[in-house]
Amino acid sequence: MGAVPATVHTLKPPRVEIDLAPAMNPASAVPEKPPYVRTRAPDWLPRVLAPLLGLGLFVALWAVLAKAGGRLPDPVSTWNSAVDVFSNPFYRKGPNDQGIGWNVLTSLGRVGIGFGLAALVGIPLGFMLGRFRFLSDMAAPVISILKPVSPLAWLPIGLMVFKAANPAAIYVIFVCSLWPMIVNTAVGVRQIPQDYLNVARVLNLPEWTVFRKILFPAVLPYMITGVRLSIGVAWLVIVAAEMLTGGVGIGFWVWDEWNNLNVQHIIIAIFTVGVVGLLLEQAMIMLARRFEYE
Amino acid sequence: MTDRYLQIDKVRMVFETKKGPFCALEQIELDIRAGEFVSLIGHSGCGKSTLLNIVTGLLRPTDGHVFLANREVTGPGPDRGVVFQNHSLLPWLTCYENVQLAVERVFGASEKKAALRERVRRALELVQLGQARDKYPHEISGGMKQRVGIARALSIEPKVLLLDEPFGALDALTRARLQDELMRVVAATGSTVLMVTHDVDEAVLLSDRVVMMINGPAATIGGILAIDLPRPRDRIALAGQRQYMALRAELLDFLYRKQMKEAA
Repeated sequence: MGAVPATVHTLKPPRVEIDLAPAMNPASAVPEKPPYVRTRAPDWLPRVLAPLLGLGLFVALWAVLAKAGGRLPDPVSTWNSAVDVFSNPFYRKGPNDQGIGWNVLTSLGRVGIGFGLAALVGIPLGFMLGRFRFLSDMAAPVISILKPVSPLAWLPIGLMVFKAANPAAIYVIFVCSLWPMIVNTAVGVRQIPQDYLNVARVLNLPEWTVFRKILFPAVLPYMITGVRLSIGVAWLVIVAAEMLTGGVGIGFWVWDEWNNLNVQHIIIAIFTVGVVGLLLEQAMIMLARRFEYE
Repeated sequence: MTDRYLQIDKVRMVFETKKGPFCALEQIELDIRAGEFVSLIGHSGCGKSTLLNIVTGLLRPTDGHVFLANREVTGPGPDRGVVFQNHSLLPWLTCYENVQLAVERVFGASEKKAALRERVRRALELVQLGQARDKYPHEISGGMKQRVGIARALSIEPKVLLLDEPFGALDALTRARLQDELMRVVAATGSTVLMVTHDVDEAVLLSDRVVMMINGPAATIGGILAIDLPRPRDRIALAGQRQYMALRAELLDFLYRKQMKEAA
């Protein structure tokens, strides 16, 4: 009978034996297993922690600078002011005093119209420049000279032509959105692999089918890149354009609050512009992902 | 007429380069019968792809003419089915849609939707890809892509099938399977085929005649080897057969002895 437990003991799986060893025989030569299990931080933790830490440091730095003096409002008072501003974003008290929601929407509307017109003109133009070498060589000097010009330099001409602030602002957005759209679409057309065009050639496909089935899908990713760059530039420019033209709009709001010496509102506006710009960018990236092949 | 179904008549090809004119092909004379399988073999740069592109119509010869069923070839057209080396499927279309593009181009005006669908279905079945019809090219293997390419080329019922190193980019096992498949499909459809290859075994296994090209510049036809092995051919049975080995040896001799000596 006495021999039986020993047999059972040796039949036990080794892992269990080691687990029991420290408790049963502390002086055992078997390496002791620590009473706790070493775990690793989940993979998502640093990815969430790092941006939060960055934001936290940024706010801390801001608080220190605000404390050091000057007119910079501190984060807490700005936060309280923001809660106040965003609690009623859609009020209207006359043309120059409207909620931040209306201001942002008005600016987005201008960007949308100016950008939409630019897409209507720029994408077909880009296709033509990409397809026909001669047209591209014709347009090259004009585009090269006009592309680096600050869009705001076009504002006086817009004011002169349209004699009104709102169309002039839309026109500036149109001009600055145009170049990335033309250039990227044209590059996309030129990048189409010869293989795809050979398929069209050996089948003798009609030009319209070539456009629908080969050119357009092949160029789409480039076009979306152009659209993304355009929207980015347009959103940058609209703030500056509205500062100059006035009316309603987030840019005008910034300038108006500067005149009111309400620096907290200016900071709120800066963050709002940043967040909206980020959302636009992310939306475009998601759209681009939808049209990736392979 | 059927003896001279595809006629390549005194074709000469000169490319204008920065260093002056470069003569790629000189005095190419070749007649291909209806239903014949002819391979062009030679070292890279011997102009075999250039010759195929001339028959395709993507290139116009400097001198000479190409006739297909008594009509001169003046440009690319759907009376010739082309299989490219790198499959050239459109990545945003499914296998079905890739074939459909060709079928609708050729039969869209004359046939009803149901008949067109049937043609696409039959073409995919022919290369045993009925199951993969709704897959996109990036979802299938290289061999399957090349099969879709063959289905697309055959779906338009071309007068001649033109293959530009169709299996060059595939691994050896897949290549063997596709060669067998091509033999079966060609036998079933009675197609006339002109294929560019640099693979000696492939040329002997598939062809009725192998056209051996002499290296460029001014490449031309060095000789034509008739492969009078009975069909259907079985690669395993052939492997040990004396006639097959003799033909293979003759091709190797041409490519590596005569050609290399001239190049050296």
